[in-house]
Amino acid sequence: MTTLTAACAFGVIAVLIFVLGYIAFQGISSLSWQFLVQTPKPVGEGGGIGNAIVGSLILLGLASCVGIPLGIIIGTYLAEMGDGWFGTIVRFVADTMIGIPSIVFGVFVYAVVVLQQGYFSTLAGALSLALIMIPIVTRTTEEMVRLVPKSMREGALALGAPQWRVTKDIVIPAAMTGIATGAMLAVARVLGETAPLLFTAFGSRFYNIYLDEPMASMTVQIYNYAISPFEEWHAKAWAATLVLVTLILFINIIVRFLTRRKY
Amino acid sequence: MSSNPNENILTGERFGAAAKKTNNILGDRIFRVVLTACGALILIIVAAMIAVMTQSSWLSIQKFGFGFLTGQTWDPIKGEFGALPFIYGTIVSAVLALLIATPISVGVAIFLVEQAPKSLARPMAFLVELLAAIPSVVYGLWAIFVLAPLLRVYVQPFLQQTLGFLPFFKGTANGIGMMSGGIILAIMITPIITAVVRDVLEAVPVTQREAALALGATRWETTKIVLANANSGIAGAIVLGLGRAIGETMAITMIIGNRPEISASLFDPGYTIASVIANEFTEATGELYLSALIEMGLILFLVTFIVNGLAKLLILSVSRQTAQSQ
Repeated sequence: MTTLTAACAFGVIAVLIFVLGYIAFQGISSLSWQFLVQTPKPVGEGGGIGNAIVGSLILLGLASCVGIPLGIIIGTYLAEMGDGWFGTIVRFVADTMIGIPSIVFGVFVYAVVVLQQGYFSTLAGALSLALIMIPIVTRTTEEMVRLVPKSMREGALALGAPQWRVTKDIVIPAAMTGIATGAMLAVARVLGETAPLLFTAFGSRFYNIYLDEPMASMTVQIYNYAISPFEEWHAKAWAATLVLVTLILFINIIVRFLTRRKY
Repeated sequence: MSSNPNENILTGERFGAAAKKTNNILGDRIFRVVLTACGALILIIVAAMIAVMTQSSWLSIQKFGFGFLTGQTWDPIKGEFGALPFIYGTIVSAVLALLIATPISVGVAIFLVEQAPKSLARPMAFLVELLAAIPSVVYGLWAIFVLAPLLRVYVQPFLQQTLGFLPFFKGTANGIGMMSGGIILAIMITPIITAVVRDVLEAVPVTQREAALALGATRWETTKIVLANANSGIAGAIVLGLGRAIGETMAITMIIGNRPEISASLFDPGYTIASVIANEFTEATGELYLSALIEMGLILFLVTFIVNGLAKLLILSVSRQTAQSQ
Protein backbone atom coordinates (compact mmCIF):
# COMPACT_ATOMS: atom_id res chain seq x y z
CA MET A 1 0.00 0.00 0.00
CA THR A 2 2.82 2.37 0.88
CA THR A 3 4.36 1.61 -2.50
CA LEU A 4 1.15 2.66 -4.22
CA THR A 5 0.74 5.93 -2.35
CA ALA A 6 4.45 6.69 -2.76
CA ALA A 7 4.06 6.05 -6.49
CA CYS A 8 1.19 8.59 -6.54
CA ALA A 9 3.28 11.20 -4.75
CA PHE A 10 6.42 10.72 -6.81
CA GLY A 11 4.33 10.46 -10.00
CA VAL A 12 2.73 13.86 -9.37
CA ILE A 13 6.13 15.41 -8.69
CA ALA A 14 7.46 13.76 -11.85
CA VAL A 15 4.70 15.52 -13.82
CA LEU A 16 5.76 18.83 -12.28
CA ILE A 17 9.38 18.24 -13.22
CA PHE A 18 8.38 17.13 -16.71
CA VAL A 19 6.28 20.26 -17.30
CA LEU A 20 8.88 22.66 -15.87
CA GLY A 21 11.76 20.88 -17.55
CA TYR A 22 10.03 20.98 -20.91
CA ILE A 23 9.33 24.71 -20.54
CA ALA A 24 12.97 25.39 -19.68
CA PHE A 25 14.21 23.19 -22.53
CA GLN A 26 11.93 24.75 -25.15
CA GLY A 27 12.03 28.31 -23.87
CA ILE A 28 15.73 28.86 -23.40
CA SER A 29 16.56 28.60 -27.11
CA SER A 30 14.49 31.60 -28.20
CA LEU A 31 15.18 33.72 -25.17
CA SER A 32 17.31 36.77 -25.91
CA TRP A 33 17.63 40.39 -24.89
CA GLN A 34 15.75 41.50 -28.02
CA PHE A 35 12.92 39.16 -27.15
CA LEU A 36 12.55 40.81 -23.76
CA VAL A 37 12.40 44.38 -25.03
CA GLN A 38 10.85 44.31 -28.51
CA THR A 39 7.17 44.49 -29.38
CA PRO A 40 5.46 41.65 -31.29
CA LYS A 41 6.08 41.68 -35.04
CA PRO A 42 4.67 39.79 -38.01
CA VAL A 43 5.90 36.25 -38.59
CA GLY A 44 9.48 36.08 -39.83
CA GLU A 45 10.54 39.45 -38.44
CA GLY A 46 11.38 38.49 -34.88
CA GLY A 47 9.76 40.57 -32.23
CA GLY A 48 9.27 39.96 -28.54
CA ILE A 49 7.25 40.52 -25.43
CA GLY A 50 8.65 43.80 -24.12
CA ASN A 51 5.30 45.57 -24.18
CA ALA A 52 3.61 42.53 -22.68
CA ILE A 53 6.00 42.49 -19.70
CA VAL A 54 5.38 46.19 -19.09
CA GLY A 55 1.64 45.68 -19.57
CA SER A 56 1.52 42.81 -17.09
CA LEU A 57 3.38 44.91 -14.53
CA ILE A 58 1.06 47.89 -14.98
CA LEU A 59 -2.06 45.70 -14.73
CA LEU A 60 -0.63 43.97 -11.69
CA GLY A 61 0.37 47.24 -10.01
CA LEU A 62 -3.07 48.78 -10.49
CA ALA A 63 -4.86 45.63 -9.35
CA SER A 64 -2.63 45.38 -6.27
CA CYS A 65 -3.37 49.00 -5.30
CA VAL A 66 -7.04 48.12 -5.01
CA GLY A 67 -7.04 44.44 -4.16
CA ILE A 68 -4.36 44.20 -1.49
CA PRO A 69 -5.48 47.03 0.86
CA LEU A 70 -9.14 45.99 0.60
CA GLY A 71 -8.25 42.35 1.18
CA ILE A 72 -6.16 43.25 4.23
CA ILE A 73 -8.94 45.41 5.72
CA ILE A 74 -11.60 42.74 5.16
CA GLY A 75 -9.33 40.00 6.50
CA THR A 76 -8.60 42.11 9.59
CA TYR A 77 -12.31 42.69 10.06
CA LEU A 78 -12.98 38.94 9.90
CA ALA A 79 -10.20 38.12 12.34
CA GLU A 80 -10.82 40.90 14.87
CA MET A 81 -14.60 41.33 14.90
CA GLY A 82 -15.96 38.78 12.47
CA ASP A 83 -17.26 36.16 14.87
CA GLY A 84 -20.89 37.33 14.73
CA TRP A 85 -23.48 36.27 12.18
CA PHE A 86 -22.54 39.02 9.74
CA GLY A 87 -18.86 38.13 9.85
CA THR A 88 -19.73 34.47 9.30
CA ILE A 89 -21.69 35.35 6.17
CA VAL A 90 -18.90 37.60 4.86
CA ARG A 91 -16.32 34.87 5.52
CA PHE A 92 -18.43 32.23 3.78
CA VAL A 93 -19.05 34.41 0.72
CA ALA A 94 -15.38 35.44 0.53
CA ASP A 95 -14.27 31.81 0.69
CA THR A 96 -16.77 30.83 -1.97
CA MET A 97 -15.65 33.75 -4.12
CA ILE A 98 -12.12 32.28 -4.26
CA GLY A 99 -13.53 29.36 -6.23
CA ILE A 100 -15.45 31.42 -8.77
CA PRO A 101 -13.84 31.00 -12.20
CA SER A 102 -11.72 34.00 -13.13
CA ILE A 103 -13.46 34.29 -16.49
CA VAL A 104 -16.71 35.16 -14.69
CA PHE A 105 -15.03 38.25 -13.21
CA GLY A 106 -14.03 39.13 -16.76
CA VAL A 107 -17.64 38.82 -17.94
CA PHE A 108 -18.81 40.96 -15.03
CA VAL A 109 -16.26 43.71 -15.65
CA TYR A 110 -17.04 43.58 -19.36
CA ALA A 111 -20.74 44.17 -18.64
CA VAL A 112 -20.05 46.93 -16.09
CA VAL A 113 -17.11 48.80 -17.63
CA VAL A 114 -16.31 47.82 -21.21
CA LEU A 115 -19.89 47.72 -22.44
CA GLN A 116 -20.66 51.12 -20.88
CA GLN A 117 -17.49 52.79 -22.13
CA GLY A 118 -17.46 51.13 -25.51
CA TYR A 119 -13.78 50.20 -25.55
CA PHE A 120 -11.34 47.73 -23.95
CA SER A 121 -9.11 49.34 -21.36
CA THR A 122 -6.28 48.77 -18.91
CA LEU A 123 -8.51 49.93 -16.07
CA ALA A 124 -11.09 47.26 -16.86
CA GLY A 125 -8.38 44.59 -16.91
CA ALA A 126 -6.92 45.78 -13.62
CA LEU A 127 -10.37 45.85 -12.02
CA SER A 128 -11.07 42.24 -12.95
CA LEU A 129 -7.70 41.21 -11.50
CA ALA A 130 -8.38 43.21 -8.33
CA LEU A 131 -11.69 41.41 -7.83
CA ILE A 132 -9.82 38.10 -8.01
CA MET A 133 -7.22 39.30 -5.50
CA ILE A 134 -9.58 40.58 -2.80
CA PRO A 135 -10.89 37.23 -1.47
CA ILE A 136 -7.43 35.60 -1.66
CA VAL A 137 -5.77 38.37 0.36
CA THR A 138 -8.76 38.38 2.72
CA ARG A 139 -8.35 34.74 3.60
CA THR A 140 -4.57 34.77 4.17
CA THR A 141 -4.82 38.01 6.16
CA GLU A 142 -7.49 36.56 8.42
CA GLU A 143 -5.40 33.46 9.05
CA MET A 144 -2.30 35.48 9.82
CA VAL A 145 -4.03 38.02 12.08
CA ARG A 146 -5.62 35.19 14.06
CA LEU A 147 -2.15 33.75 14.66
CA VAL A 148 -1.16 36.85 16.67
CA PRO A 149 -1.29 35.77 20.35
CA LYS A 150 -4.18 37.05 22.46
CA SER A 151 -1.75 38.13 25.18
CA MET A 152 -0.36 40.83 22.88
CA ARG A 153 -3.81 42.32 22.40
CA GLU A 154 -4.58 42.09 26.09
CA GLY A 155 -1.26 43.67 26.99
CA ALA A 156 -1.90 46.64 24.74
CA LEU A 157 -5.49 47.03 25.94
CA ALA A 158 -4.34 46.87 29.56
CA LEU A 159 -1.94 49.75 28.88
CA GLY A 160 -4.99 51.81 27.92
CA ALA A 161 -4.76 51.66 24.15
CA PRO A 162 -8.10 51.78 22.33
CA GLN A 163 -9.16 48.85 20.19
CA TRP A 164 -8.38 50.56 16.88
CA ARG A 165 -4.85 51.39 17.96
CA VAL A 166 -4.29 47.86 19.22
CA THR A 167 -5.29 46.51 15.83
CA LYS A 168 -3.44 49.12 13.79
CA ASP A 169 -0.22 49.43 15.80
CA ILE A 170 0.17 46.05 17.51
CA VAL A 171 -1.73 43.28 15.74
CA ILE A 172 -1.21 44.22 12.10
CA PRO A 173 2.54 44.90 12.44
CA ALA A 174 2.93 41.57 14.27
CA ALA A 175 1.17 39.75 11.43
CA MET A 176 2.81 41.81 8.69
CA THR A 177 5.20 39.17 7.33
CA GLY A 178 2.35 36.71 6.97
CA ILE A 179 0.06 39.29 5.40
CA ALA A 180 2.80 40.33 2.96
CA THR A 181 3.44 36.75 1.88
CA GLY A 182 -0.29 36.23 1.37
CA ALA A 183 -0.38 39.35 -0.80
CA MET A 184 2.59 38.06 -2.78
CA LEU A 185 0.81 34.78 -3.42
CA ALA A 186 -2.21 36.71 -4.68
CA VAL A 187 0.09 38.68 -6.99
CA ALA A 188 1.62 35.45 -8.31
CA ARG A 189 -1.85 34.05 -8.89
CA VAL A 190 -3.16 36.98 -10.94
CA LEU A 191 0.14 37.32 -12.79
CA GLY A 192 -0.82 34.02 -14.45
CA GLU A 193 -4.43 34.97 -15.18
CA THR A 194 -5.45 35.05 -18.82
CA ALA A 195 -9.17 34.49 -19.10
CA PRO A 196 -10.44 37.71 -17.47
CA LEU A 197 -8.01 39.81 -19.51
CA LEU A 198 -9.18 38.49 -22.89
CA PHE A 199 -12.12 40.86 -23.04
CA THR A 200 -11.17 43.55 -20.55
CA ALA A 201 -7.54 44.61 -21.19
CA PHE A 202 -7.76 42.74 -24.51
CA GLY A 203 -4.14 42.97 -25.64
CA SER A 204 -2.06 45.33 -27.70
CA ARG A 205 0.89 45.21 -30.05
CA PHE A 206 2.49 48.40 -28.81
CA TYR A 207 4.09 49.86 -25.72
CA ASN A 208 1.31 51.63 -23.92
CA ILE A 209 0.95 53.56 -20.68
CA TYR A 210 -2.55 54.96 -21.15
CA LEU A 211 -5.10 53.46 -18.83
CA ASP A 212 -8.06 53.94 -21.15
CA GLU A 213 -6.52 51.94 -23.96
CA PRO A 214 -6.13 48.21 -24.49
CA MET A 215 -3.09 46.76 -22.74
CA ALA A 216 -0.87 43.81 -23.58
CA SER A 217 -0.09 41.17 -21.01
CA MET A 218 2.28 38.21 -20.97
CA THR A 219 -0.45 35.62 -20.57
CA VAL A 220 -2.63 36.88 -23.41
CA GLN A 221 0.48 37.16 -25.58
CA ILE A 222 1.38 33.54 -24.80
CA TYR A 223 -2.15 32.48 -25.69
CA ASN A 224 -2.07 34.33 -29.01
CA TYR A 225 1.34 32.91 -29.88
CA ALA A 226 0.32 29.39 -28.83
CA ILE A 227 -2.86 29.13 -30.91
CA SER A 228 -1.22 30.58 -34.02
CA PRO A 229 -0.30 28.17 -36.81
CA PHE A 230 3.34 29.36 -37.01
CA GLU A 231 6.31 27.40 -35.68
CA GLU A 232 8.21 30.59 -35.00
CA TRP A 233 5.43 31.95 -32.83
CA HIS A 234 5.19 28.66 -30.93
CA ALA A 235 8.87 29.07 -30.02
CA LYS A 236 8.05 32.58 -28.78
CA ALA A 237 5.18 31.19 -26.70
CA TRP A 238 7.62 28.83 -24.97
CA ALA A 239 10.14 31.60 -24.33
CA ALA A 240 7.46 33.90 -22.91
CA THR A 241 6.19 31.03 -20.78
CA LEU A 242 9.68 30.50 -19.40
CA VAL A 243 9.81 34.15 -18.33
CA LEU A 244 6.32 34.02 -16.78
CA VAL A 245 6.78 30.73 -14.95
CA THR A 246 10.19 31.80 -13.65
CA LEU A 247 8.64 34.94 -12.15
CA ILE A 248 5.76 33.03 -10.59
CA LEU A 249 7.90 30.25 -9.16
CA PHE A 250 10.36 32.83 -7.86
CA ILE A 251 7.58 34.53 -5.89
CA ASN A 252 6.31 31.18 -4.58
CA ILE A 253 9.75 30.11 -3.43
CA ILE A 254 10.40 33.44 -1.68
CA VAL A 255 7.08 33.09 0.12
CA ARG A 256 7.99 29.58 1.16
CA PHE A 257 11.33 30.77 2.46
CA LEU A 258 9.75 33.63 4.44
CA THR A 259 7.01 31.52 6.01
CA ARG A 260 9.17 28.52 6.86
CA ARG A 261 10.99 30.25 9.69
CA LYS A 262 8.02 31.91 11.34
CA TYR A 263 5.17 29.41 11.28
CA MET B 1 1.53 77.36 36.36
CA SER B 2 4.91 76.41 37.68
CA SER B 3 3.93 77.37 41.28
CA ASN B 4 1.97 74.19 41.77
CA PRO B 5 3.16 71.70 39.24
CA ASN B 6 1.62 68.65 40.86
CA GLU B 7 -1.90 69.93 40.73
CA ASN B 8 -1.45 71.16 37.21
CA ILE B 9 -0.13 67.86 36.04
CA LEU B 10 -2.93 66.06 37.82
CA THR B 11 -5.70 68.20 36.39
CA GLY B 12 -4.04 68.21 33.04
CA GLU B 13 -3.89 64.46 33.22
CA ARG B 14 -7.46 64.13 34.26
CA PHE B 15 -8.75 66.37 31.53
CA GLY B 16 -6.55 64.74 28.99
CA ALA B 17 -7.66 61.27 29.94
CA ALA B 18 -11.33 62.19 29.75
CA ALA B 19 -10.89 63.77 26.35
CA LYS B 20 -8.87 60.79 25.21
CA LYS B 21 -11.49 58.39 26.44
CA THR B 22 -14.31 59.96 24.41
CA ASN B 23 -11.89 60.11 21.48
CA ASN B 24 -11.14 56.44 21.89
CA ILE B 25 -14.78 55.44 22.02
CA LEU B 26 -15.43 57.54 18.94
CA GLY B 27 -12.32 56.13 17.27
CA ASP B 28 -13.34 52.59 18.04
CA ARG B 29 -16.81 53.22 16.69
CA ILE B 30 -15.50 54.72 13.45
CA PHE B 31 -12.99 51.87 13.18
CA ARG B 32 -15.69 49.26 13.59
CA VAL B 33 -17.99 50.94 11.06
CA VAL B 34 -15.24 51.29 8.45
CA LEU B 35 -14.11 47.67 8.80
CA THR B 36 -17.65 46.31 8.76
CA ALA B 37 -18.41 48.39 5.67
CA CYS B 38 -15.40 46.90 3.91
CA GLY B 39 -16.60 43.44 4.92
CA ALA B 40 -19.99 44.25 3.48
CA LEU B 41 -18.22 45.18 0.24
CA ILE B 42 -17.67 41.45 -0.47
CA LEU B 43 -21.41 40.86 -0.26
CA ILE B 44 -22.07 43.92 -2.42
CA ILE B 45 -19.63 42.69 -5.09
CA VAL B 46 -21.26 39.26 -5.27
CA ALA B 47 -24.76 40.75 -5.30
CA ALA B 48 -23.70 43.19 -8.02
CA MET B 49 -22.28 40.36 -10.09
CA ILE B 50 -25.56 38.45 -9.97
CA ALA B 51 -27.61 41.57 -10.69
CA VAL B 52 -25.47 42.86 -13.55
CA MET B 53 -25.11 39.52 -15.28
CA THR B 54 -28.83 38.78 -14.94
CA GLN B 55 -29.67 42.17 -16.39
CA SER B 56 -27.17 41.86 -19.25
CA SER B 57 -28.42 38.41 -20.19
CA TRP B 58 -32.10 39.29 -19.82
CA LEU B 59 -32.64 39.31 -23.58
CA SER B 60 -31.50 35.71 -23.85
CA ILE B 61 -33.27 34.61 -20.65
CA GLN B 62 -36.55 36.05 -21.91
CA LYS B 63 -36.26 34.59 -25.36
CA PHE B 64 -35.15 31.06 -24.50
CA GLY B 65 -36.19 30.57 -20.87
CA PHE B 66 -35.27 27.18 -19.50
CA GLY B 67 -35.03 25.90 -23.07
CA PHE B 68 -31.59 27.54 -23.06
CA LEU B 69 -30.30 24.71 -20.88
CA THR B 70 -31.70 21.93 -23.09
CA GLY B 71 -31.25 23.47 -26.54
CA GLN B 72 -28.74 21.61 -28.69
CA THR B 73 -28.12 24.13 -31.44
CA TRP B 74 -25.63 26.94 -31.10
CA ASP B 75 -26.02 29.00 -34.22
CA PRO B 76 -25.07 32.67 -33.91
CA ILE B 77 -26.06 33.39 -37.51
CA LYS B 78 -29.63 32.20 -37.12
CA GLY B 79 -29.75 33.56 -33.60
CA GLU B 80 -30.43 30.19 -31.97
CA PHE B 81 -28.67 29.50 -28.73
CA GLY B 82 -28.79 26.30 -26.71
CA ALA B 83 -26.31 25.48 -23.99
CA LEU B 84 -26.65 21.70 -23.77
CA PRO B 85 -23.49 20.74 -25.73
CA PHE B 86 -21.47 23.07 -23.51
CA ILE B 87 -23.05 21.82 -20.31
CA TYR B 88 -22.38 18.26 -21.48
CA GLY B 89 -18.75 19.05 -22.32
CA THR B 90 -18.22 20.79 -18.98
CA ILE B 91 -19.68 17.91 -16.98
CA VAL B 92 -17.92 15.13 -18.90
CA SER B 93 -14.49 16.79 -18.81
CA ALA B 94 -14.87 17.63 -15.11
CA VAL B 95 -16.02 14.12 -14.17
CA LEU B 96 -13.20 12.60 -16.19
CA ALA B 97 -10.74 14.86 -14.37
CA LEU B 98 -12.17 13.84 -11.00
CA LEU B 99 -12.00 10.13 -11.85
CA ILE B 100 -8.30 10.50 -12.56
CA ALA B 101 -7.37 13.05 -9.91
CA THR B 102 -9.29 11.77 -6.87
CA PRO B 103 -7.51 8.44 -6.27
CA ILE B 104 -4.13 9.99 -7.03
CA SER B 105 -4.71 12.98 -4.77
CA VAL B 106 -5.93 10.86 -1.87
CA GLY B 107 -2.92 8.59 -2.39
CA VAL B 108 -0.53 11.55 -2.34
CA ALA B 109 -2.19 12.97 0.79
CA ILE B 110 -2.04 9.62 2.62
CA PHE B 111 1.61 9.27 1.71
CA LEU B 112 2.47 12.79 2.86
CA VAL B 113 0.52 12.71 6.13
CA GLU B 114 0.57 9.08 7.23
CA GLN B 115 3.60 7.43 5.73
CA ALA B 116 6.44 9.68 4.59
CA PRO B 117 8.99 10.88 7.13
CA LYS B 118 8.57 14.58 8.00
CA SER B 119 11.85 15.57 6.37
CA LEU B 120 10.63 14.14 3.07
CA ALA B 121 6.96 15.10 3.39
CA ARG B 122 7.52 18.85 3.74
CA PRO B 123 9.48 19.52 0.54
CA MET B 124 7.29 17.07 -1.35
CA ALA B 125 4.14 18.82 -0.22
CA PHE B 126 5.63 22.10 -1.42
CA LEU B 127 6.42 20.63 -4.84
CA VAL B 128 2.89 19.27 -5.21
CA GLU B 129 1.55 22.72 -4.30
CA LEU B 130 3.77 24.28 -6.95
CA LEU B 131 1.69 22.46 -9.57
CA ALA B 132 -1.18 24.76 -8.58
CA ALA B 133 1.00 27.82 -9.11
CA ILE B 134 1.56 27.14 -12.81
CA PRO B 135 -0.86 29.30 -14.84
CA SER B 136 -3.67 27.76 -16.81
CA VAL B 137 -2.43 29.14 -20.13
CA VAL B 138 0.90 27.39 -19.55
CA TYR B 139 -0.84 24.06 -19.03
CA GLY B 140 -2.72 24.73 -22.25
CA LEU B 141 0.51 25.33 -24.16
CA TRP B 142 2.04 22.18 -22.70
CA ALA B 143 -1.10 20.18 -23.51
CA ILE B 144 -1.11 21.28 -27.17
CA PHE B 145 2.53 20.46 -27.82
CA VAL B 146 3.29 17.60 -25.41
CA LEU B 147 0.18 15.90 -24.08
CA ALA B 148 -1.86 15.82 -27.31
CA PRO B 149 0.92 14.25 -29.43
CA LEU B 150 1.63 11.71 -26.66
CA LEU B 151 -2.02 10.70 -26.58
CA ARG B 152 -2.33 10.63 -30.34
CA VAL B 153 0.71 8.48 -30.94
CA TYR B 154 0.76 6.13 -27.96
CA VAL B 155 -2.23 6.15 -25.64
CA GLN B 156 -5.23 6.49 -27.92
CA PRO B 157 -4.23 3.84 -30.51
CA PHE B 158 -3.53 1.47 -27.60
CA LEU B 159 -6.95 2.14 -26.07
CA GLN B 160 -8.60 1.65 -29.43
CA GLN B 161 -6.92 -1.71 -29.91
CA THR B 162 -7.71 -3.07 -26.47
CA LEU B 163 -11.00 -1.38 -25.52
CA GLY B 164 -12.14 -0.18 -28.94
CA PHE B 165 -15.50 -1.95 -28.63
CA LEU B 166 -16.59 0.61 -25.99
CA PRO B 167 -18.32 3.71 -27.33
CA PHE B 168 -15.87 5.92 -25.38
CA PHE B 169 -12.91 4.92 -27.51
CA LYS B 170 -14.34 5.14 -31.02
CA GLY B 171 -13.55 7.68 -33.69
CA THR B 172 -10.30 9.21 -34.88
CA ALA B 173 -7.52 9.49 -32.38
CA ASN B 174 -6.19 12.98 -32.96
CA GLY B 175 -5.07 13.95 -29.49
CA ILE B 176 -7.20 17.06 -29.25
CA GLY B 177 -10.50 16.33 -27.55
CA MET B 178 -12.42 15.47 -24.43
CA MET B 179 -9.83 12.99 -23.18
CA SER B 180 -6.90 15.42 -23.33
CA GLY B 181 -9.12 18.03 -21.69
CA GLY B 182 -9.97 15.68 -18.83
CA ILE B 183 -6.32 14.75 -18.28
CA ILE B 184 -5.04 18.32 -18.22
CA LEU B 185 -7.84 19.27 -15.81
CA ALA B 186 -6.86 16.29 -13.63
CA ILE B 187 -3.28 17.57 -13.41
CA MET B 188 -4.54 21.03 -12.49
CA ILE B 189 -6.95 19.96 -9.73
CA THR B 190 -4.71 17.31 -8.17
CA PRO B 191 -2.77 19.82 -6.02
CA ILE B 192 -6.03 21.43 -4.87
CA ILE B 193 -7.66 18.16 -3.79
CA THR B 194 -4.39 16.97 -2.24
CA ALA B 195 -4.02 20.12 -0.15
CA VAL B 196 -7.52 19.84 1.32
CA VAL B 197 -7.29 16.09 1.98
CA ARG B 198 -3.95 16.70 3.72
CA ASP B 199 -5.53 19.31 5.99
CA VAL B 200 -8.44 17.02 6.72
CA LEU B 201 -6.21 14.04 7.55
CA GLU B 202 -4.03 16.22 9.76
CA ALA B 203 -7.16 17.33 11.62
CA VAL B 204 -7.92 13.75 12.66
CA PRO B 205 -6.61 13.47 16.25
CA VAL B 206 -3.42 11.47 16.83
CA THR B 207 -5.22 9.56 19.59
CA GLN B 208 -7.33 7.85 16.93
CA ARG B 209 -4.23 6.46 15.31
CA GLU B 210 -2.69 5.49 18.62
CA ALA B 211 -5.85 3.70 19.70
CA ALA B 212 -6.02 1.72 16.47
CA LEU B 213 -2.34 0.78 16.66
CA ALA B 214 -2.69 -0.19 20.33
CA LEU B 215 -5.53 -2.54 19.40
CA GLY B 216 -3.15 -4.32 17.07
CA ALA B 217 -4.17 -2.78 13.76
CA THR B 218 -1.57 -2.67 11.02
CA ARG B 219 -0.49 0.69 9.66
CA TRP B 220 -2.74 0.32 6.64
CA GLU B 221 -5.73 -0.62 8.80
CA THR B 222 -5.01 2.43 10.92
CA THR B 223 -4.96 4.58 7.80
CA LYS B 224 -8.32 3.15 6.80
CA ILE B 225 -9.78 4.16 10.16
CA VAL B 226 -8.35 7.66 9.76
CA LEU B 227 -9.84 7.85 6.25
CA ALA B 228 -13.25 6.74 7.54
CA ASN B 229 -13.08 9.56 10.06
CA ALA B 230 -12.19 12.11 7.43
CA ASN B 231 -14.91 10.94 5.03
CA SER B 232 -16.96 14.08 4.59
CA GLY B 233 -13.83 16.21 4.44
CA ILE B 234 -12.51 14.16 1.56
CA ALA B 235 -15.91 14.49 -0.11
CA GLY B 236 -15.55 18.25 0.38
CA ALA B 237 -12.12 18.17 -1.25
CA ILE B 238 -13.54 16.32 -4.25
CA VAL B 239 -16.41 18.77 -4.60
CA LEU B 240 -13.91 21.64 -4.40
CA GLY B 241 -11.92 19.99 -7.19
CA LEU B 242 -15.14 19.67 -9.18
CA GLY B 243 -15.73 23.41 -8.81
CA ARG B 244 -12.24 24.16 -10.10
CA ALA B 245 -12.60 21.74 -13.01
CA ILE B 246 -15.92 23.28 -14.04
CA GLY B 247 -14.51 26.80 -14.09
CA GLU B 248 -11.11 26.07 -15.60
CA THR B 249 -10.85 28.04 -18.80
CA MET B 250 -7.63 28.58 -20.70
CA ALA B 251 -6.03 25.12 -20.67
CA ILE B 252 -9.22 23.37 -21.65
CA THR B 253 -10.05 25.93 -24.32
CA MET B 254 -6.71 25.24 -25.95
CA ILE B 255 -7.02 21.46 -25.92
CA ILE B 256 -10.65 20.32 -26.00
CA GLY B 257 -11.22 21.07 -29.68
CA ASN B 258 -14.04 23.60 -29.30
CA ARG B 259 -16.82 21.91 -31.24
CA PRO B 260 -20.33 22.14 -29.77
CA GLU B 261 -21.31 18.53 -30.34
CA ILE B 262 -22.46 15.80 -28.00
CA SER B 263 -20.51 12.63 -28.64
CA ALA B 264 -19.97 9.58 -26.46
CA SER B 265 -16.42 9.15 -27.67
CA LEU B 266 -13.72 10.71 -25.50
CA PHE B 267 -11.54 11.09 -28.59
CA ASP B 268 -13.95 13.56 -30.16
CA PRO B 269 -13.69 17.29 -29.62
CA GLY B 270 -16.08 18.95 -27.19
CA TYR B 271 -16.73 22.41 -25.80
CA THR B 272 -17.20 23.77 -22.30
CA ILE B 273 -19.13 26.72 -20.92
CA ALA B 274 -15.96 28.55 -19.92
CA SER B 275 -14.34 27.88 -23.30
CA VAL B 276 -17.21 29.26 -25.33
CA ILE B 277 -17.10 32.46 -23.31
CA ALA B 278 -13.33 32.77 -23.79
CA ASN B 279 -13.51 32.04 -27.50
CA GLU B 280 -16.54 33.91 -28.69
CA PHE B 281 -16.97 36.84 -26.33
CA THR B 282 -14.92 39.34 -28.28
CA GLU B 283 -16.44 38.19 -31.55
CA ALA B 284 -20.04 38.27 -30.39
CA THR B 285 -21.95 40.47 -32.77
CA GLY B 286 -25.52 41.33 -31.96
CA GLU B 287 -27.14 41.83 -28.60
CA LEU B 288 -28.76 38.40 -28.41
CA TYR B 289 -25.45 36.63 -29.04
CA LEU B 290 -23.72 38.67 -26.34
CA SER B 291 -26.52 38.20 -23.85
CA ALA B 292 -26.51 34.44 -24.48
CA LEU B 293 -22.79 34.38 -23.69
CA ILE B 294 -23.30 36.47 -20.55
CA GLU B 295 -26.03 34.01 -19.52
CA MET B 296 -23.40 31.28 -19.86
CA GLY B 297 -21.24 33.31 -17.48
CA LEU B 298 -24.15 33.63 -15.07
CA ILE B 299 -24.75 29.86 -15.15
CA LEU B 300 -21.05 29.25 -14.52
CA PHE B 301 -21.13 31.71 -11.63
CA LEU B 302 -24.18 30.19 -9.96
CA VAL B 303 -23.02 26.59 -10.42
CA THR B 304 -19.51 27.20 -9.08
CA PHE B 305 -20.88 29.32 -6.24
CA ILE B 306 -23.17 26.49 -5.12
CA VAL B 307 -20.54 23.79 -5.63
CA ASN B 308 -17.93 25.75 -3.67
CA GLY B 309 -20.39 26.56 -0.91
CA LEU B 310 -21.20 22.86 -0.60
CA ALA B 311 -17.50 21.96 -0.50
CA LYS B 312 -16.90 24.53 2.20
CA LEU B 313 -19.74 23.16 4.35
CA LEU B 314 -18.45 19.59 3.99
CA ILE B 315 -14.91 20.58 4.95
CA LEU B 316 -16.18 22.69 7.86
CA SER B 317 -18.19 19.77 9.22
CA VAL B 318 -14.98 17.76 9.65
CA SER B 319 -13.03 20.47 11.44
CA ARG B 320 -16.01 21.05 13.74
CA GLN B 321 -16.38 17.36 14.45
CA THR B 322 -12.71 16.96 15.34
CA ALA B 323 -12.77 20.16 17.36
CA GLN B 324 -15.58 18.69 19.46
CA SER B 325 -13.91 15.35 19.97
CA GLN B 326 -10.69 16.95 21.15
